[in-house]
Amino acid sequence: MKGGVRRFGKAERGLLPEGRLAGPMPWVIAIMMFLTVLAAAAGLGLAGAAARLDDQIGRRVTIQVVEANPRLREQQAEAAAAAIRPLPGVLAVRPVPQAEIEALLEPWIGAGGLESDLPVPALIDVDLAPEARGSLPRLRAAVAAVAPAARVDDNAQWLAPLASLIGALKWLAAGLVLLMVAATAATVVLAARAALDTHRATIEILHLMGATDVQVARLFQRRIALDALFGGLVGFIIAGAVLIALADRVSALGSELLGSAAIPPLGWAVLVGLPAFGVFLAMLVARLTILRALGRML
Amino acid sequence: MAWRSRNPAGRRRLNGSGSIVQFENVGLRYGTGAETLSDLTFSLKEGGFYFLTGPSGAGKTSLLKLLYLALRPSRGLIRLFGEDIVTMPRGRMPGFRRRIGVVFQEFRMVPHLSAFDNVALPLRVAGVEDKDLETPVREMLSWVGLADRASARPATLSGGEQQRVAIARAVIGRPELLVADEPTGNVDPEMALRLLHLFDSLNKLGTTVIVATHDLHLLARIQRAEMLRLDRGQIADPTGALRHPPKRPEA
Repeated sequence: MKGGVRRFGKAERGLLPEGRLAGPMPWVIAIMMFLTVLAAAAGLGLAGAAARLDDQIGRRVTIQVVEANPRLREQQAEAAAAAIRPLPGVLAVRPVPQAEIEALLEPWIGAGGLESDLPVPALIDVDLAPEARGSLPRLRAAVAAVAPAARVDDNAQWLAPLASLIGALKWLAAGLVLLMVAATAATVVLAARAALDTHRATIEILHLMGATDVQVARLFQRRIALDALFGGLVGFIIAGAVLIALADRVSALGSELLGSAAIPPLGWAVLVGLPAFGVFLAMLVARLTILRALGRML
Repeated sequence: MAWRSRNPAGRRRLNGSGSIVQFENVGLRYGTGAETLSDLTFSLKEGGFYFLTGPSGAGKTSLLKLLYLALRPSRGLIRLFGEDIVTMPRGRMPGFRRRIGVVFQEFRMVPHLSAFDNVALPLRVAGVEDKDLETPVREMLSWVGLADRASARPATLSGGEQQRVAIARAVIGRPELLVADEPTGNVDPEMALRLLHLFDSLNKLGTTVIVATHDLHLLARIQRAEMLRLDRGQIADPTGALRHPPKRPEA
């Protein structure tokens, strides 16, 4: 009989009494998993929203031609569009159709006949390449040369505070996830120590029969992994239900900003992987805790 | 029992001394109290049969704990199977413990396991597959008269039955060294002799046996056995020599 590491085999399941090892641990892990999934979902959704904000709106410049004379306004708008089209880094130039402008204003000033009552600026949406953001002064100069009544609005400028808030919330969510992981690990440490104390007599007998620390640790690892799996799945299922219910309410709002906080497919994969990560974390922490404690025994 | 004789050359490294256990000036102290064992110097021959005697509190159980590696001495040198176990790294202990069978005075059954599973424990620790356990464990339970109690939990067994399960567990792995602390203290005289016969058979197949006991009748039953007497933590014989037990009393 060598002193190498061996498994106890299938019978190892009986070497510790059946039933949960550490009382409330699965339920604490369920609560941790619930909060972790919610925090991770919030972080992933905000990261997606930040990316979309940057991609779709942040790189857009809007040119407003504020001219009371409709003919002059149209001439200047056409000239401005023509002047900026050939500039480097300009991906698309789209004069906003009158119907679209009327639709935008309709909630505030009512439908129909805008042109006859109220002069409305002509709008031109310009999409820039990411590397072209530094060339805004040249674009302003080109517009000013052909359309003195035009004003260039950089969307990124007024979106900056919102992007900053979203970025801060994203990091806050990531910090919460890390705190949950640390709290889960601490729970497992306490549970493993409690289990060791409860079964100290059995462990001593196993040691005196020649069981290695790794053999003994494996018994506890398996049980703690099962507890963690149970808690992880319960927490994940409840969090999933909450997320689905929230998604329904957000889509009912019809808000473009909230809608942009959708979780990408890779994000869903990360969320689904959280219970598996929880089990792995619990096993690893339990193993290290138990091996450390056993190392102090003879 | 279908035990095979040992192959001493294959598993033993005793540095040519022929001693399976060597104690040199060994002392044992619990905490900061007085020494429980003092200046123990003796050796046990490989394949020998030894009785350890002495009054209660003499230190017999402490000496046995040193032998089955539940304690390390406070001072002195202990060689087991030819190796110094005082300075041995902890990671090598399991390999040595698997070569030792122990009958604990207080039995130390695993309470939630059946008699069968308690007896099978050393084999499971050694990595024996479940399918290979059934026959030897049943045989051993039958040998100690507990074939019909295989599925009983320790709490439902009498003291004598628990002691027999403990003995079956200690010998099932065919240990090279068997250490038994009062192994017949809770059984009737007939069963005591039967168990002693079990130890004797094991000894004849090569296992070194050391039995701590107060039972003078047992001492006389194994004629080739030698006796080690402890008194107040020291070897009672001032020369340190091992003495043969008294002659078997006439019936």
